[in-house]
Amino acid sequence: MNRVPINLNVNGKATRSDVEPRQLLVHFLRDTLGLTGTHVGCDTSQCGACTVHVDGEAVKSCTLFAVQADGASVTTIEGLAHEGRLHALQEGFWEMHGLQCGFCTPGMIMSAADLLAHEPDPSEEQIRHALEGNFCRCTGYHNIVRAVRHAAEANARGASSEPVVAADD
Amino acid sequence: MSDKYFGKPVKRVEDPRFITGTGHYTEDMTLPGMAHAAMLRSPYASARIVSIDATRALAQPGVLAVLTGKDLLDAKIGSIPTGWLLPDLKTPPHYAIAPEVARHVGDVIAAVIAEDRATAEDAVALLDVELEPMDAVALGSDALAPAAPQVHPEAPGNVAFEWEIGDAAAVEENFARAYRTVKLTLRNHRLVPNAIEPRASMAQYQKASDEFTLWTTSQNPHIHRLLLAAFVLGIPEHKLRVISPDVGGGFGSKIFQYPEEVIVLHAARKLNRPVKWSARRSESFVSDAQGRDHETVAELAVDEHHKVLGLRVKTVANLGAYLTTFAPAVPTYLYGTLLNGTYRFPAVHAHVTGVFTNTVGVDAYRGAGRPEATYVVERMMSRMAHELGIDPAEFRRLNFIQPDEFPYQTPVALVYDSGNYEPALDQALERVGYAELRREQEEARARGRYIGIGFSSYLEACGLAPSKLVGQLGAQAGQWESAVVRVMPTGKVEVLTGSHSHGQGHETAFAQIIADDLQIPMEDVSIIHGDTGRMPYGWGTYGSRSAAVGGSAMKMATAKILDKARRIAAHLLEAAPEDVVHEDGKFFVRGVPANSKSFFDVALMAHLAHNIPDDMEPGLEAQHFYDPKNFVYPFGTHVAVVEVDADTGRVKLLKYVAVDDCGPMINPLIAEGQVHGGIAQGVGQALLENTVYDEQGQLVTGSFMEYAVPRADDLVQFDIGHTVTPSPHNPLGVKGIGEAGTIASTAATANAVIDALAPFGIAHLDMPYTPERVWRAIQAARAQTQQAADD
Amino acid sequence: MYTTEFDYHRAGSVQEALALLAANPDAKLLAGGHSLIPAMKLRLASPPALIDVSKVAGLRGIRLEGVEVVIGAMTTHRDVEFSDVLRAACPLLSQVAPLIGDPMVRNRGTVGGALAHADPAADYPASMLALGASMTIASTSGERTVPADEFFTGMFETAVAPGELLTEIRVPAATLGEGQAYEKFAHPASRYAIAGVAAVVRTQGGSVSSARVAMTGAGYHAMRLTKVEEALVGQTPTPEVVEAAVRGAVSPDELLGDHFASAEYRAHLVEVQARKAILRALGSAG
Ligand SMILES: Cc1cc2nc3c(=O)[nH]c(=O)nc-3n(C[C@H](O)[C@H](O)[C@H](O)COP(=O)(O)OP(=O)(O)OC[C@H]3O[C@@H](n4cnc5c(N)ncnc54)[C@H](O)[C@@H]3O)c2cc1C
Ligand code: FES
Ligand code: FES
Repeated sequence: MNRVPINLNVNGKATRSDVEPRQLLVHFLRDTLGLTGTHVGCDTSQCGACTVHVDGEAVKSCTLFAVQADGASVTTIEGLAHEGRLHALQEGFWEMHGLQCGFCTPGMIMSAADLLAHEPDPSEEQIRHALEGNFCRCTGYHNIVRAVRHAAEANARGASSEPVVAADD
Repeated sequence: MSDKYFGKPVKRVEDPRFITGTGHYTEDMTLPGMAHAAMLRSPYASARIVSIDATRALAQPGVLAVLTGKDLLDAKIGSIPTGWLLPDLKTPPHYAIAPEVARHVGDVIAAVIAEDRATAEDAVALLDVELEPMDAVALGSDALAPAAPQVHPEAPGNVAFEWEIGDAAAVEENFARAYRTVKLTLRNHRLVPNAIEPRASMAQYQKASDEFTLWTTSQNPHIHRLLLAAFVLGIPEHKLRVISPDVGGGFGSKIFQYPEEVIVLHAARKLNRPVKWSARRSESFVSDAQGRDHETVAELAVDEHHKVLGLRVKTVANLGAYLTTFAPAVPTYLYGTLLNGTYRFPAVHAHVTGVFTNTVGVDAYRGAGRPEATYVVERMMSRMAHELGIDPAEFRRLNFIQPDEFPYQTPVALVYDSGNYEPALDQALERVGYAELRREQEEARARGRYIGIGFSSYLEACGLAPSKLVGQLGAQAGQWESAVVRVMPTGKVEVLTGSHSHGQGHETAFAQIIADDLQIPMEDVSIIHGDTGRMPYGWGTYGSRSAAVGGSAMKMATAKILDKARRIAAHLLEAAPEDVVHEDGKFFVRGVPANSKSFFDVALMAHLAHNIPDDMEPGLEAQHFYDPKNFVYPFGTHVAVVEVDADTGRVKLLKYVAVDDCGPMINPLIAEGQVHGGIAQGVGQALLENTVYDEQGQLVTGSFMEYAVPRADDLVQFDIGHTVTPSPHNPLGVKGIGEAGTIASTAATANAVIDALAPFGIAHLDMPYTPERVWRAIQAARAQTQQAADD
Repeated sequence: MYTTEFDYHRAGSVQEALALLAANPDAKLLAGGHSLIPAMKLRLASPPALIDVSKVAGLRGIRLEGVEVVIGAMTTHRDVEFSDVLRAACPLLSQVAPLIGDPMVRNRGTVGGALAHADPAADYPASMLALGASMTIASTSGERTVPADEFFTGMFETAVAPGELLTEIRVPAATLGEGQAYEKFAHPASRYAIAGVAAVVRTQGGSVSSARVAMTGAGYHAMRLTKVEEALVGQTPTPEVVEAAVRGAVSPDELLGDHFASAEYRAHLVEVQARKAILRALGSAG
């Protein structure tokens, strides 16, 4: 079994590792680094439970081999809170009851962060469109929409001093 | 009780771990030396297993073992039992690994255990298996045909049971004097639950003590332990600990005891190593028990005053290849008893045939039987209103059971304890702006836009349920719930409950109840669930029973704590217990608040036992087993508004109003969240979700590529209202809200679609309203109108 | 969720990619991986080696070159979605990109990968046909240009031969009087196109001077709806004319059918989507 060396910066920490080319980024994060906040909900690249940021962009870590991310900065849900302060989206999901079982939540939040980076003041329709690739079976999305709006409004009020996408690089 | 927390939208205490990615789901667990299992599943709906040659697989480095059905039989591993028996029920064996015949696509044929998951999956592909495909049958009514392939030799004609409820003669009589009757053939199609967390199980075996631990995605770890220990593995129940950590949604599908749990437990013992299995989504589609799948003929009769005279129902319920844990109960007691709805139906009769087919087992899926019943009742009510040319809301109002008629004995066994149905209907009409909406609908039609408004004035029976009663009905389980309230010397409180949270927010809602009663901060209470090694026996969470049954158990246990605490305080204050009051978190003699004992003082003294009454045991801990006196009966009215694009047949949800009465809400944030999720699943069934098997029993919709679960942009913001009619018979007055959304919304949405299609002369169309189906119905109706015009 | 084992190579340049391809004839090129990796995870594809071309120098980006927009094959769907150049010079692609998958898919998936993969339900192919784009294909023997009309040859089949690499896509910039529109009818589960129609229509003096209309999703591969185009050119584009032009746009015999959408229904959808796309293109023709 051949192994390939990769360098990754994960949540601000540099890591070096030899990986099997077929190892998906999500398995590298979960099994090798023990970052189990990123989940796997499907095998057809659709549910979005595995969403993380690679170089600041939301990607499905189940549809990317770890080798492809060589040299990149990766942010997972575990790296979103900054110096003990929750990210505006984490606050929003908590405040608005945007989660029930919590399984979709990390991916949902990472995906919503990508949206707010492009569109700081999204409408309900924009939020729903942007979350097309994140399935939630519990909430009916109602409170997820409210959670994202909550975060957008908090950001606009400057309630959070954090940038919308935290600690990507 | 002070209501500092009860009824307040308290933010959930479980959320911090989930929003920071530090929750602990089964698949997140690892143990030193852990091996991984992967399953070889039948690609055929029915096949004889001729041979399995594992030579190539076993030769792979890292492959530890290959297990077959024969291996499990040799190891004396039993069949997985069903948990509910009916008279004359056929119970063919259900082995974790099929020894001779695979009976559905996805049936496990062999399991590979390897050092890591990739190796296990690679090795599955190297198993040389010879299968002899046989004829299969997928549809319930097809399975009843005389020449149909037989799924089990033990069930001739594929019939698992015949069951009926109600008075057939009375229905007959009432139909004979009917002013008008309507009859519909209804298909309630099959659904895949699709909790976003796939199932997973990890087993560990301790050779020295001969003890097993199973971490598994379960809604009810005690049921798993009971079935696995007593029936399947044949090990002493106390030697198996079942832990269900954070669970990523269940919706019924994680109630049942599954083959993979048996396999990892057996493999862990055999290899003396921890073994984990986690489902890929494509395995979930062919191995998680599915929901609904009824074929029904229903008839409704009214008199000349538009009062319903009777409902007659004949249903074929497809049970799949094997009877899973509650499968026999769902299309019988959870279905037939609900066919009276919220109405005064003088006579109801239902006959149900449970049928084996070569498909995945069908069992409880959110609502379990009650959405099926509600769909029949509410669809028939709308169909009749249409037939009579009267408003569907008014037709419902006319037939509602009136508030002064409770307790109300229905013709299908249940006694409704309380209810007041009109206010919920009125509130729903007001929220949706009914009169204005009907005008808009008229105008839109004139412009070639087809809007539809659909109602569902549902009722559900939940809070399962008096154990004596369910025992008479065939349950092989009790339906009480337990709680232990354990106060520590520092006054902090640990509550152990048999209920299980997999999204419902028990850690918050239950803490609210306890903190209020003990008059302590919520932070001082923690709710422990999901571990048979820590909790008292309990039956778990399904059937919207946690608040009404689990919550009541806790409340009663807390009352015992308070009673003892008061006696200790009285002792310390040198007063009679009757004179001691408990206010603002303090115990004091009535009228003398200055001299008081805090909850902490009392807790500490209970443990020090230096100064407690002589006849009192030390400690401050209480247990209560609560057996409900009756079901609870939440109800409400939901209104769906949809638009049908006549060009393409696509249906779009425009608006959704839900007014529910679940009694007092412990936490409205959580209660409303439950309704939102339920609506999404019910609307999903009506518009998007469909499980399609072809004639060979192949699952055509076996992934998210074909099976549409609702996504954010399929839905709208819901408008939620409440009325409050407390349950008269449990100490909290609460009723249960976990399934209401699903139970009501499928029928409401279906009725809305049919209402939209009314201008085309379409009186009924089966769900799901997928674009081609709707488009074809419109085409056919247009052709018919054309034809009529030509003649 | 593991693929079978494979060797991984990363190419830094077109030459290197071609050399790696020559040395590993059974290898597959890996661009955004958003068609290939899902297939590999389900073990529907098990290539012995992958050649990652996503970081090949010079293959990512969108630029205006005279009257053409040049899109590097490794340009992501997201790049297309947010491109100001395209918004001005080729609004059709700005409409198409946000309809592909979801933001995460668009952050990784590439235009070149999508075209080379030629999924019958993919969105770009119809647009490339309607735009009259041309594809630049590199091989060890040099470069060749293939017009879109000759590019899509079958289901998952294109003019790209083994050993070749699609490097860029050239799209004529929109001219005055031209309108462009894409109408997608998506499968509710996969969200791929069941029927997608792209229309590029030019009007002059109140009548249609040219029309290119193409469909995707409904058939074995994307194709022009030439009958529709012919029925439009030279006509005053009233809704009635458009309605007549799209009728019978495609025969069900040429289309795919499954439990969700039969060939007959797809043929109907193509008419509906064509009508919508053409009317919207006409409406935006400036
Ligand atoms: C969840 C999901 C939803 C999607 N929804 C849509 C949708 O709605 N509409 C849509 O159109 N697409 C959709 N896609 C597909 C997506 O657009 C893919 O990105 C695209 O089809 C392939 O591009 P890629 O860069 O990812 O290619 P890859 O997957 O890397 O490659 C695809 C194929 O093309 C070959 N290839 C790649 N680059 C080249 C090249 N330069 N020269 C020659 N051959 C090459 C590869 O060898 C491979 O065989 C979806 C994908 C996913 C995962
Ligand atoms: S696990 Fe990555 S999309 Fe589902
Ligand atoms: S909270 Fe359970 S899947 Fe979203």
